[in-house]
Amino acid sequence: MAENVSTMDSKQYIVVELGNEQYGIDIQYIDNIVRMQRITRVPKAQNFFKGVINLRGEVIPVMSLRLKFDFEEEEYTNKTRILIIKPDAQASVGIIVDAVKEVLTLSNDMIDKVARDINDERTAYLSGVGKHEDRLISILNIGEIFMEKEAENA
Amino acid sequence: MDVSQYLEIFIDETKEHLQSLNEQLLILEKEPENENTINEIFRAAHTLKGMSGTMGYKRMQNLTHNMENIFSEIRNGKMSVTATIVDLLFKGLDALENYLSNISTTGDEGTEEYTEIITQLDVCLKQGLGEMPAAAPSANAAAAVAVEEKAVETASASEKEKFRSFKYADHEKHAMNEAIATGQHAYGITVYIQETCLLKAARAFLVFKTLEGLGTVIKSEPAVQDIEDERFDFDFSMVLITKESLEAVKKAIMSVSEVDSVYLSEIKEEEVAMPKEVVVEQKTEANGNTAAAVAQAPQAAAEKKQAAQTSKPVVNRSVRVDIEKLDDLMNLVSELIIAKNGLVSINNADDATKQNNSGFNEQIEYLERITTNLHTSVMKVRMVPLESVVNRFPRMIRDLSKKLDKKMELYISGEDTELDRTVIDEIGDPLLHLLRNAADHGLESNEERAALGKPETGSIILNAFQEGNNVVIEVKDDGKGIDAEKIKAKAIAKGTITAEQGDAMTDKEIIDLLFRPSFSTAEKISDVSGRGVGLDVVKTKIESLGGDVEVRTTLGQGSNFIIRLPLTLAIIQSLMVELGTEKYAIPLGSIQTIEDIPVSDVKYVQTKEVINLRGTVIPLIRLNEVLDVESVKAKDENLTVVIVTKGDKLAGFVVDNLIGQQEIVIKSIGKYINNSKMISGATILGDGEVALILDVNTLV
Repeated sequence: MAENVSTMDSKQYIVVELGNEQYGIDIQYIDNIVRMQRITRVPKAQNFFKGVINLRGEVIPVMSLRLKFDFEEEEYTNKTRILIIKPDAQASVGIIVDAVKEVLTLSNDMIDKVARDINDERTAYLSGVGKHEDRLISILNIGEIFMEKEAENA
Repeated sequence: MDVSQYLEIFIDETKEHLQSLNEQLLILEKEPENENTINEIFRAAHTLKGMSGTMGYKRMQNLTHNMENIFSEIRNGKMSVTATIVDLLFKGLDALENYLSNISTTGDEGTEEYTEIITQLDVCLKQGLGEMPAAAPSANAAAAVAVEEKAVETASASEKEKFRSFKYADHEKHAMNEAIATGQHAYGITVYIQETCLLKAARAFLVFKTLEGLGTVIKSEPAVQDIEDERFDFDFSMVLITKESLEAVKKAIMSVSEVDSVYLSEIKEEEVAMPKEVVVEQKTEANGNTAAAVAQAPQAAAEKKQAAQTSKPVVNRSVRVDIEKLDDLMNLVSELIIAKNGLVSINNADDATKQNNSGFNEQIEYLERITTNLHTSVMKVRMVPLESVVNRFPRMIRDLSKKLDKKMELYISGEDTELDRTVIDEIGDPLLHLLRNAADHGLESNEERAALGKPETGSIILNAFQEGNNVVIEVKDDGKGIDAEKIKAKAIAKGTITAEQGDAMTDKEIIDLLFRPSFSTAEKISDVSGRGVGLDVVKTKIESLGGDVEVRTTLGQGSNFIIRLPLTLAIIQSLMVELGTEKYAIPLGSIQTIEDIPVSDVKYVQTKEVINLRGTVIPLIRLNEVLDVESVKAKDENLTVVIVTKGDKLAGFVVDNLIGQQEIVIKSIGKYINNSKMISGATILGDGEVALILDVNTLV
């Protein structure tokens, strides 16, 4: 832990699984990780929003990362987790992932920037690809994933 | 002295005083002879001067001082209230408000001196006094004041000199006579402490200490012990024996902070020896009714006056609480309610298995009663009367009336209606917009009104009242009303609607176009209103508060803007309904009735389902279709219809099942999830499940 704090150019990421891909989420956005629980459907919501959950008295919207990335819909197992993410101070959003693997420290030089493909909006959701030993971890651009919602709403 | 910690209090109190000055000046303008008002104004101005001086805002103090001089002369009856003076004083108040806004944004009063206003005030003062040269002596010389007070016998002053009603014991008289004989002075003193003072006893103690440095206090009323224990209102009187001059004593007392005013005068030998009534009263205490009555009369009068003052809502007895602390408390109450709901649902589930759980039931009912009461009282803490918003409007209308050269009068009623603090903070601007609209667009010019046979002075009515779970605020005027044809023409010209659309629209629909963005019908744009940003802003604001606004108008007779706002924002009563397997809450405030309708009663009008309910045709909305839920009900069963209202529009929601009434805590579902506004929020049920709250306004 101490070395991570001291080195300025490295960050901790939570590594999650989606199918057979691995994604990293900057730990500073993560508020909480909870098990799958009952989700109340919200009518007329975007298709990737599964609904809302009750997290200790707070109502939090939950989206499926799989549906967001146009993967096939998940089956919930006892590894399925909801990551509670705070893109900004006021709002929380939950994202459903297949499993949470570990916490990984990646220094900035271990992350390659990805070129943005204008035709594929999904590339915008990634801020880079991290290499750790022989694994490749796509780093999610949290700001971008939720930013776009507001544009759709307007 | 570091005064920054008092800045917030200073700003708040200055606001209150300025508001009170504004109000009282308006009254004074109408009733120039109203003595109470003048006293009130003087007191507020004086406090303001003292406060700004203490905080080191010299320019503000200077301006207030000049204004106070005028109030003081008016109060002493040496100047009469004229329109020019009132105008000037209002200008002064505006300048003070500017100072205040500077202070609240930067902490500094700014550099504007407003010398123009000050010179004008000075000129006014001199002119005013010039008209009545009889009372010549300068107001500053304390001795002169005392003499003058005796000569003129101003009711207020002599009443305030409470020491005049002292009854002296023999040894006290003796002490006074002796002092006077040895060339000392005996002064009767009444000190008034500011009503905002928090530590009255401490202030009184300081006054006593100051006086004891100058001489001997031989008598005080109330007794010293009572004063120390804070058993007095805002004034206390005493007799001081000293060598110092009257003026020096006065100055010494005024140097103690938070002293509002001091009345003092010398007690002459003959006064001490002479007072017959007092002697009579003391000797014939048992049967000296008439004499006693005479002696007590001034005191009684003074008390009466005091009582009259305290009954006025000038200073609210209030505790300033940080809204965040209240929010915390509110959240705790919300959780308590959720916990209670949890118990209730466990109880319901257990009902079948356990028969003798009446003790448990009892406890739940007890808990329920407590949470409900707790909720109500916390809610009440958050409630603020509308008064705090509307009391600045009379002044605004007065200014508008001058600016637009239209005669108008604002009538406010129901200002004691209470609303949630968050709503109060937001509602001011929309109301301001509506009032400006009424004054500018609504009312006709004086000549037009005369020609139409209407009273020359236009009326604008602001009325607020509670209606069920809503508060209704109406802004009415008796002006020309809204011309639907004109709006239609304008809308077509602007391309908002096509001519065909315009023909198909009802007058009401056309008038609702006014609430579209950038739509202003004022032919000429004035700086009062008519920039086309008004009504849509009003509508957005009110909708963001969970309310709605509608307009009713009769051409030639006036318009009425009706704002409906929810009483509370956090916890509401609602009806829980079931659609398929999902549960939804419908706010009880918008529900009119619940009906059981046979399927055969459903009729079709323009391919839409309607029912005829006791003579009213009501459109049906199948919630399961709107919300994409699979209905579990068989087709031939009777329909359960919840009749809801939006303004005076009715609609019937078809639901699968009714669950019952429940108190629910409203939670936001966040900005990320797009729900096309049909869902106004969510709530957590007793079993931890989330249920969504339907927004009746969007669905109807």
